[in-house]
Amino acid sequence: MPHDHHDHDHDGLSPSGHPYRPDQDTGLSYWQTMEIAVRELLIDKGVLTAARIAAQIEAMDARSPANGAAVVARYWTDPGFAAALLADGTTTVKEMGFDLGPMHLIALPNTDTLHNIIVCTLCSCYPRNLLGLPPDWYKSRAYRARTVREPRRVLAEFGVTLPEHVQVRVHDSTADMRYIVLPQRPAGTDGWDAARLATLVTRDSMIGTGLPKTAA
Amino acid sequence: MPTPLHAEPGTRVRVRDWAPPGHIRTPAYLRGHIGTVERVLGPFPNPEDLAYRRPGAPLPLYRVRFAASDLWPDATPGDTLEAEIYAHWLEDA
Repeated sequence: MPHDHHDHDHDGLSPSGHPYRPDQDTGLSYWQTMEIAVRELLIDKGVLTAARIAAQIEAMDARSPANGAAVVARYWTDPGFAAALLADGTTTVKEMGFDLGPMHLIALPNTDTLHNIIVCTLCSCYPRNLLGLPPDWYKSRAYRARTVREPRRVLAEFGVTLPEHVQVRVHDSTADMRYIVLPQRPAGTDGWDAARLATLVTRDSMIGTGLPKTAA
Repeated sequence: MPTPLHAEPGTRVRVRDWAPPGHIRTPAYLRGHIGTVERVLGPFPNPEDLAYRRPGAPLPLYRVRFAASDLWPDATPGDTLEAEIYAHWLEDA
């Protein structure tokens, strides 16, 4: 399940072993046709421009887990920020420049006795402003169904085996809130500044399917 | 629409065992189950109306915490699950 690129499974390998995607020589699907028609109409009517659409796609693609990692590292190093983040995640990350638009943020701190993990069983709600585009597995039926049903087995497949005294808490992102897991600060990082700490914060540690890297 | 429940953190609530037609944001696996309000959110416009481009009455949204062992017979004791449930999907338990 942890593999990110399921969409490649259906593509082939070239004789030299290089993965490739077949040329798209077939016709457009119904929805592809509709997307093109709506986009061209919006441009024709002057509602949008092609440049604005391209700029928005660029802005969406530029978001990455580095945003969330900066939030987590500051949570580890700045007690005032940590308290504000737990009290009002939405406003606190907005002040760092990460605006979630109409969505609201709840930050979920892991402790010695609690491990949080995020899923959206109904669709694929994900804190894109903090973590970028979701990995393919996050949207899969298997992850969505199994994370609520057997979270410890899912975690084990991601390499996270938790003792029974650590409570697993699953967060089903069913409505207007978005979530970020705040993993525990790795041992051996005393005196590290936020920028250095951020290099230890992985995307999966903020979804809850992983733990941060250890201090090398 | 059933009367929206007004609850406080700590209130024991039951998710309505209800299957109305249309766009629903209450997962089926939680229906009929009892949990505890963890925090009160919102108000947010009812997504079941927004889905059909109706304005959507503002409703309280509750984060409800369930014991995993109440949802699944073989869950690890002590594990929990939280979900956001709109007020009209909840009744006093």
